[in-house]
Amino acid sequence: MENKSLKNSLKNGPDENGNFGVFGGRFVAETLMPLILALQNEYEKAKNDKTYQAELSALNSTYTGRPSPLYFAERLTNELGGAKIYFKREELNHTGSHKINNCLGQILLAKRMGRTRIIAETGAGQHGVATATVCARFGLPCVIYMGATDVERQAPNVFRMKLLGAEVISVSAGAGTLKDAMNEALRDWVTNVDDTYYLIGTAAGPHPYPAMVRDFQSIIGHELREQFLKVEGKLPDAIVACIGGGSNAIGIFHTFLDDREVKLYGAEAGGYGLEVENGHAASMSGGKPGVLHGNRTYLLQDEDGQILEGHSISAGLDYPGVGPEHSFLKDSGRVNYAPITDKEALEAFQICTKLEGIIPALESAHGLAQVIKLAPTMDKEQTIVLNLSGRGDKDVETVGKHLGVEL
Amino acid sequence: MSENRIKKAFEKCKNENRAAFMPFITAGYPDIKTSQAIMDGFPKAGADIIEVGMPFSDPMADGPIIEAAGHVALKNGQTLQKTLDMVASFRQKDTETPVILMGYYNPIYIFGVDNFLSEAKKAGIDGLIVVDLPSEEDDELCLPALKAGIDFIRLTTPTTNDKRLKTVLKNSSGFIYYVSITGITGSKIANYDKVEEAVKRIKSQTELPVCVGFGIKTPDDAKVIAKHADGVVVASVLIKVLGDSLENKKATDKSVNIVLEIVRSLAKGVRQAR
Repeated sequence: MENKSLKNSLKNGPDENGNFGVFGGRFVAETLMPLILALQNEYEKAKNDKTYQAELSALNSTYTGRPSPLYFAERLTNELGGAKIYFKREELNHTGSHKINNCLGQILLAKRMGRTRIIAETGAGQHGVATATVCARFGLPCVIYMGATDVERQAPNVFRMKLLGAEVISVSAGAGTLKDAMNEALRDWVTNVDDTYYLIGTAAGPHPYPAMVRDFQSIIGHELREQFLKVEGKLPDAIVACIGGGSNAIGIFHTFLDDREVKLYGAEAGGYGLEVENGHAASMSGGKPGVLHGNRTYLLQDEDGQILEGHSISAGLDYPGVGPEHSFLKDSGRVNYAPITDKEALEAFQICTKLEGIIPALESAHGLAQVIKLAPTMDKEQTIVLNLSGRGDKDVETVGKHLGVEL
Repeated sequence: MSENRIKKAFEKCKNENRAAFMPFITAGYPDIKTSQAIMDGFPKAGADIIEVGMPFSDPMADGPIIEAAGHVALKNGQTLQKTLDMVASFRQKDTETPVILMGYYNPIYIFGVDNFLSEAKKAGIDGLIVVDLPSEEDDELCLPALKAGIDFIRLTTPTTNDKRLKTVLKNSSGFIYYVSITGITGSKIANYDKVEEAVKRIKSQTELPVCVGFGIKTPDDAKVIAKHADGVVVASVLIKVLGDSLENKKATDKSVNIVLEIVRSLAKGVRQAR
């Protein structure tokens, strides 16, 4: 009986080739193959190395400030008049988002592998800041690729990265967003194979990145299970997270995949609306499977297989793909993915700020908008947890612009 | 199947004791007519094998020159179907020169692998180089292509060690493409001796011809590489020259000849190597 349930577990992926069902894989240039095989090998070893795990765990608690609190959003709950709403407060982490969880895990790996130079891509700049932070902490040189459009709309984060000692390279190809930053980071990696470690920020890319990043982020879900049982004596009825590449979402979802009574919701970037061509970044709700950046996954693309730029008010969600495990979970029906428009996210951003005194990142505000839709449809005894994945200080300027306020 | 154009081309070069010369053109750059004319002119200018780039929005292994050319082509409405049509048109005029398509997997995947292979066969395409399909993903396109009688040409790189080389060679056919540098197209070769060493190392493990690409810019570069390699690929410099010939982003009546002139001088370099 137990074996059978294990066999049917949604948590078994990926297989040894990095496939989650038909998604995932290792679609990279030959130059990079030996590097990702070496990484996979080293990660497998590190996973079972108590010293590595102890070091990571100590950093998580003393450097990041884990566990992140589980907070009951009482005023929001009362306002919406439905399910009890909780926030898993990843925005309180050092550097202001969940991104640090993954960066610490990977920087320790890079050190183990003797790598002396770190590169990363960033959209909103949260991953760039987290990467620059761990590089400062471990004394490694750091190059961050960031789309030119994002450099502009996330200026505070660009300066933070520079203060932390990182070199920020602005990428003007394409629309100058996360996709273009990732292309450029891959080009750097293919050129500097001898000393460079590519610290990917989301649960996407070639195997082993999607599984590895998920594992580092799964601490969110593990903590939540324990905290929630303590407070409510049961598991939550629903968990909501925003989806760009999907690392905060897979981090909070993963441990609950086989607890079918827990409904899981992913909020994609609906931009101007799915009906607007190239006006959103909802790759699962509005795209189809394809191959990009090392993995097969849902992508925004035209009928000739050319990748579209996509659009979102949130730089962190403005990516035409998604982690392969999410594509798998979409097709399996386990997670409900739905788009949230720029407008809905902006409204949620303001509601949260006013009612709870918490300024959420625009990314997390997408999740919040989903919660706002969901909570009133649920009973008062029911519960929802939002992964409040990042704080919104970086977005104040963008929000001001949309509200017609000059800062 | 008896007429394997790639094999024949290498045999011919071997008999003439020289390396094969392989120029590259991005399909649809700067427009379909010009790229067709350049391709059609390649054999007479000294091309033994032709590489045709299939434009892709996100060419991760390419430098700025080839990336920009691909984007221009796409903006002008280039599609995979039009690239296949371009080769088919070439094939009506030239039944001997092998044609290799080079690009990335997604447009093929979206076209449909089976559909693509049958259309490619019909168009007279002899081989494929798909940058983001390593041996680990052979089931996707490599094995179906071999079954369809189209060679699957694999890239080997400075990071491909002896153990890895065995994996890479396993389902390779046509020839082996040695990427002379770790980096993107259009970069500079740092060390010719290392390239020579690598070519010898690969040749000791395979019967297939070993060709070298990435970073070959001048007839002198071509001459040095062609001494030991079975083939020399030149791409970025041709696209750059073509780009420089444009006026207001449009081809002039000189564009085709400017490219073919460079091809002639590079082909000469290859022929003088040994």
